Amino acid sequence: MTRVVFQTESITKVYDTGAVPVHALRGVTLQLFAGEIAVLLGPSGSGKSTLLNILGGLDVASSGKVIFEGSDLSAMDEGALTEYRRHHIGFVFQFYNLIPSLTARENVALVTEIADNPMHPEEALDLVGLKERMDHFPAEMSGGEQQRVAIARAVAKRPKVLLCDEPTGALDSKTGIQVIEALITVNVELGTTTAIITHNAPIKDIAQRVIYFHDGQIVRVAENEHRLAPSELDW
Amino acid sequence: MLVTALDKKLFRDLMHMRGQAIAIALVIAAGVATLILATGAYSSLDETRRTYYERYRFADIFAQARRAPDYLKEKLSQIPGVSVVETRIVFPVLLDIEGMNAPASGQLISLPRYGAPVLNGLFLRSGRMPDPNRDDEIIVNEPFAKANHFQPGSKLKAILNGRKRELTIVGVALSPEFIYALAPGELVPDDKRFGVLWIPHEAAAGAFDLDGAFNDVSLKLRRDAVAAEVMERVDTLLEPFGGTDAYARKDQQSYAFLNTELTQLEAMAYVIPPIFLAVAAFLLNMTLARIIALEREQIGLLKALGYKRVTIAMHYIKFAGLIAVVGILIGFAGGTWLGRGLTRLYAEFYHFPFLVYLYSFKVYLAAGGISMAAALIGALRAVRDAVNLPPAVAMAAPVPVRYKQTWLSHFALIKRLSQTTRMILRHLIRYPLQSLLTTMGIASSVALLVSSLFTLDSIDFMVDVTYFRTMRQDVSVTFNEIKSLKVVQEMQRLPGVLNAEAGRSVPVTMRNGARSKRLALSALPQGGRIQQLLSKELNPVAVPDTGVALTEKLAEILGVHLGDRIIIEVHYGQRRRLEQPVTAILQGYLGLGAYMALEPMNAALGDGRAASTANLIVDEAKIDQLYAKLKEMPSVSGITLMKKSLQIFRKTLVENMNIMTMVYVVLSSIIAFGVVYNSARIQLSERGRELASLRVLGFTRGEVSQILLGEVAILVALAIPLGWIMGYGLAVEIAQGLDTELFRMPLIVSRATYTQAALVVIAAAIFSALVIKYRIDRLDLIAVLKTRE
Repeated sequence: MTRVVFQTESITKVYDTGAVPVHALRGVTLQLFAGEIAVLLGPSGSGKSTLLNILGGLDVASSGKVIFEGSDLSAMDEGALTEYRRHHIGFVFQFYNLIPSLTARENVALVTEIADNPMHPEEALDLVGLKERMDHFPAEMSGGEQQRVAIARAVAKRPKVLLCDEPTGALDSKTGIQVIEALITVNVELGTTTAIITHNAPIKDIAQRVIYFHDGQIVRVAENEHRLAPSELDW
Repeated sequence: MLVTALDKKLFRDLMHMRGQAIAIALVIAAGVATLILATGAYSSLDETRRTYYERYRFADIFAQARRAPDYLKEKLSQIPGVSVVETRIVFPVLLDIEGMNAPASGQLISLPRYGAPVLNGLFLRSGRMPDPNRDDEIIVNEPFAKANHFQPGSKLKAILNGRKRELTIVGVALSPEFIYALAPGELVPDDKRFGVLWIPHEAAAGAFDLDGAFNDVSLKLRRDAVAAEVMERVDTLLEPFGGTDAYARKDQQSYAFLNTELTQLEAMAYVIPPIFLAVAAFLLNMTLARIIALEREQIGLLKALGYKRVTIAMHYIKFAGLIAVVGILIGFAGGTWLGRGLTRLYAEFYHFPFLVYLYSFKVYLAAGGISMAAALIGALRAVRDAVNLPPAVAMAAPVPVRYKQTWLSHFALIKRLSQTTRMILRHLIRYPLQSLLTTMGIASSVALLVSSLFTLDSIDFMVDVTYFRTMRQDVSVTFNEIKSLKVVQEMQRLPGVLNAEAGRSVPVTMRNGARSKRLALSALPQGGRIQQLLSKELNPVAVPDTGVALTEKLAEILGVHLGDRIIIEVHYGQRRRLEQPVTAILQGYLGLGAYMALEPMNAALGDGRAASTANLIVDEAKIDQLYAKLKEMPSVSGITLMKKSLQIFRKTLVENMNIMTMVYVVLSSIIAFGVVYNSARIQLSERGRELASLRVLGFTRGEVSQILLGEVAILVALAIPLGWIMGYGLAVEIAQGLDTELFRMPLIVSRATYTQAALVVIAAAIFSALVIKYRIDRLDLIAVLKTRE
């Protein structure tokens, strides 16, 4: 394995909103390497989303360190975190979160307009196989297409890291596979470090590494010796 | 009592969105309060006036004569329909008040020989009634006493029938006859320079050589009396004794003035507040509908849990109803409180001795009912849409809102816009009704402001036309008898007088068929340069060589047009009856005016080259010397100082209008804020997810706020000109409502008014924007992304 992109050191996250503090993360130490695809697998509430949010600068750890290419995210203020998200991180969510009033191309342009070294929106959409549909509004697209627009939007700024939270969660298996294919294409073409959260076990077979979560902790990290192509998946 | 889970939800929901709930409640409170305070103040004042007139036996019919023998009183009281007769001696007097250079004048009225006046009763504020056996004790009216800091014991000098006398004030009183005390020839009351003096009968009779006679009579009518018949008989009886035309209350000066003021107040109460209420109700309806529409998922859930439609509908009706009830109650309390305060202020202004508060239950019912109906209809409309969806659909993530390319998208300009600008524009176009309603709401508050503020512009314009373009004299002098035209030269020689012109003013009744009007017919010298008549279009016109010139309003009252002939009955001298053509129609905002050229008038009256008034242009530096001279002239019965008159006119009107205007401005600001805040706040709820997504993509708080606030800014920018137009329309209505005999409101809306109205709304928008920005800055990014819409 090569360069480390992310390095977390015993991070914890405690939600102190109710009467009983909820320990979402109980000391997670993890590395993500440049260009790899890692799948984070675990039941709901095991802390994988919390970790992803912290890595993406949407949330901050209660304790521990999160080092991204040498800088500590836990020391950053809101403005710095916004800058960090703007330039380095791409997000893909379960519910796509596209802007309904913008076409596919414009949804991608939304990001390329504020990025430093972006692709052309058309290029990004081509990458996910949607060049023909770029002038359609979200309401005119299927769920799978919408998710692929979301991926195009996430990668168009050439982020270092792509964080995907249940990207196939709202899709049937056929369109889900198309989405996974798009993620792999991006990973191969751009070498983007990709972390995918899922509780859909078969997806783990496409990853280089599978990180198993349980109760706020990493219980096991497995390396896939034999990766499957998305078309070979079945769920 | 069992509190259901649904009720708990209700209270918690309300608590959760208390900011918005309060803003909505305040909008409705402002609407309700405006109606209640305005109609309450008006009806209280109207009732107070009525009670005052009744308790203090304000007369119904008035007449003057030159010298009528006392035995005529018996005959007058025998006229069918007359219940009480009171005869008096009334004379204008010049006053000399210590420490005041400017001349003052007064109306001297005799008290009955025995006891207090039977009609036009006095309300003694302090001191006592004069001793009937003394000839130097007087009572003065309270406004005059207050303005000059007189108290029982104070002294003043008066010129009674050419002799200067020192009088002692022993009492201060109010009279229903002088709620407004106006000096002859004045346009507005000047309490400092005009007083009413009540003096024992013997003293008056002695001073004016009227022993066993009277020159003024007041009559009270029985309920079934026909006023016109009584007046005719009074005229017949008084005619041999130099009687002038009898007149009813509507022509009594104080009554007419107060009536005009109350008519204006009534117009302001019945024109503006319903608009406030309508705007508030509309906003309430719109806002609640949108808030409940956001509850779609919860409504679906309740249905899925097995709640009946009716139960769900009731839940949201309670929700809307509670907000409305709070608003209505605040409106009731605020309106009643403000109404009382306003009534008290006006009562002080009018010098009422007491106050009767009258609040119509109907007004509360109407204000509350309209607001509640608007709230419930809004709630039901939204609930019905949500309840009609199958629960699964209502709970599922809504399909992304459908947007389409429009023809606009193909413009090169649009293509150059940033994505965020496109979001703003597409959202506005996608929800045209919503955008339109919000724009209308904001525009309404601009309109309310314009319609409240414009009255001050109109007054300014009226002042300019009346005092700077028409009555350009500095001083007007009225003589107590007819003078030869030589009086002009006499005036020219007085210190400080730069120019003088003679004039005449005679009491007349103008008739056109069944229509008639009592007023003073003025004569101006041909080619005169001091007083300038203005055409309807406000262009200077000369006094017509023949016939009479009437102000537009007078022509309207008499129903005459240019070229028509009218009958003029002169209540003076030989009491001639003239027939004259109308040769000019004039503009005049204050009072009614009728003008003739001096020479034709003198010819028509048959008394030679005569004058009864003089207009003077004066050197300001020598004014005190002039005052001193005028005060010593026995033939001068009245002196009008135009500058003073102007100041007082402004003060009176501005005070009168300002109170109401300020209240309206504050309430319309509240409404403006309520609309803008709520529409931005609802937008935030509707689009929170979209905005949070942008934050996740790396947009800064500022950039995200711009999208929402940019939209608000566009709506405000569209609403302002629209509101100006609507406001102008309202101003037209109000100006018409304020059109009375004594006072016409020119329709003038200044740029400053438009600007101020816009600024208030912009300030409300900025304030709302700050609150919204605060909210946007605290968007919970994770929560928003984790949940479905």
